[in-house]
Amino acid sequence: MQHDLMFKRLANEDGGTVLVEIDGATFNARAGDTVAAAVLAAGMIPSRTTPLSGSSRAPYCMMGVCFECLVEVDGVPNVQGCMTLVAEGMKILPQTGARYLSMAEQEMYS
Amino acid sequence: MSVRLRADCRETDVTVIGGGLVGLAIALGLIRNGLKVTVLDEGDIALRASRGNFGLVWVQGKGDTCPEYAQLSRLSARLWGDFAQELESFTGIDVQLSQQGGLLICLDDAELEQRQRMLCAMREQAGGDYPFKVLDHAQLKALVPAIGPHVAGATLGLEDGHLNPLLLLRALAEAFIARGGKLLSNASIGEIRQQDGGFSVVAGHDRWNSAKVVLAAGLGNKVLAPQLGLSAPVQPNRGQILITERIQPFLHYPTGHVRQTGDGTMQLGDSKEDVGFNSGTTTEVMAQIAHRATRMFPLLENVRMVRAWGALRVMTPDGYPIYEESRVCPGAFLVTCHSGVTLGAAHSGPIADWIAGKPEAFSLEVFRAARFDV
Ligand SMILES: Cc1cc2nc3c(=O)[nH]c(=O)nc-3n(C[C@H](O)[C@H](O)[C@H](O)COP(=O)(O)OP(=O)(O)OC[C@H]3O[C@@H](n4cnc5c(N)ncnc54)[C@H](O)[C@@H]3O)c2cc1C
Ligand code: FES
Repeated sequence: MQHDLMFKRLANEDGGTVLVEIDGATFNARAGDTVAAAVLAAGMIPSRTTPLSGSSRAPYCMMGVCFECLVEVDGVPNVQGCMTLVAEGMKILPQTGARYLSMAEQEMYS
Repeated sequence: MSVRLRADCRETDVTVIGGGLVGLAIALGLIRNGLKVTVLDEGDIALRASRGNFGLVWVQGKGDTCPEYAQLSRLSARLWGDFAQELESFTGIDVQLSQQGGLLICLDDAELEQRQRMLCAMREQAGGDYPFKVLDHAQLKALVPAIGPHVAGATLGLEDGHLNPLLLLRALAEAFIARGGKLLSNASIGEIRQQDGGFSVVAGHDRWNSAKVVLAAGLGNKVLAPQLGLSAPVQPNRGQILITERIQPFLHYPTGHVRQTGDGTMQLGDSKEDVGFNSGTTTEVMAQIAHRATRMFPLLENVRMVRAWGALRVMTPDGYPIYEESRVCPGAFLVTCHSGVTLGAAHSGPIADWIAGKPEAFSLEVFRAARFDV
């Protein structure tokens, strides 16, 4: 769900853009953005739901402490968005509840 | 001044020294016996197994060389359901007890055979009543599809289970307080005095007098016990535990080394190290724990670790508990064990009843420390 954006970009000197996909839509992130910054700028809020109560969350501390910024990045679940830089073509999805290990994934190893 | 003096001297029926799983379970049981109970617990610097353990309510293989210990562990496992309900009714805390059986996974055939032999002998000793199954790889895979290809099999103990040990500690403390118990922290006890046929200890500004005293101070019992004519030759033994991110439930049975909590977290354990009072972690041991866990469950390979810790077990020379009333100072009791989760229900039930003065439901003679003086 898209909220009114409370985050306004500063008019910084242009370091170039990085094209990513956020929740299925293409988005022009800035070079040097963390995934969490891009998620907030794109308005993917909530960006995760919690494993136990299922309540909605979004990036919070932006410095690796609170784990509120967990998202799925290129198929890898539970990635700390604020500790990961955006990269061209990156696919970012919300993290829904606890990580799922599919039976296929389980079979893959046996 | 006189007010101050009176406030300094406090009366209680029983003083329990140590507010870990053992002390609190017993304290709660003493309250159930209608006694006034005060628990004195050291501060945050204390060594506390109760805050770092694995959470198994485990029976299979326990007491292979001591039938009384096997019986006590099984009795406690049977009492656990009611005890968990009692805790929930007083505190609203669900300790996530599940007792649907537990797996001891064996990586190779030799280990599985040895384990089977031990459990068969225990079944014989128990007169045939000792419920377990031996599973080969295929049978184990049917039960736990995520099991790795290099696992020989497992033994399934039908009486085994697990719970959340931190919720348990909190529930014990809250239930104890809710039922009128007094719990004081930052109360490190050095000296226990005997006076007027009772006992007296100083904690902060207060002196606590009581007719009975229970030593339940974990590793701290070693120096306290001799003051009361008791002996607690306990040594620290370190266990390291790894914790992963939460994942969707896939492992529905606790195993001896890997379990999934009610919240989806994986706990991987646990080493057995003789390193004195060092409760830290080491990369080498953590790597070994992770390696064994991924052999058992290869799908854990890509799962993230989020933290790890070390904690010190409270070990007697033979690994069995000490339950003993001092012969020199009647009214002074010593309680120590290395499976305080498993035995929690027994401690709160028959062991607390014995301390309260009820006739022993079964003989505790074999658990006296005199067995070490040979
Ligand atoms: C890694 C690991 C895994 C384990 N896994 C399991 C398991 O799966 N299942 C199971 O049943 N058991 C398990 N255990 C064992 C279990 O945790 C212990 O048996 C239990 O916690 C012991 O409780 P305790 O109260 O005797 O000791 P502790 O938890 O050590 O508590 C002793 C208390 O005494 C207090 N104290 C000490 N000295 C003094 C003093 N002088 N004055 C006042 N207070 C004092 C301390 O503050 C402390 O709170 C495990 C232990 C470890 C370390
Ligand atoms: S926002 Fe707090 S850890 Fe990423």
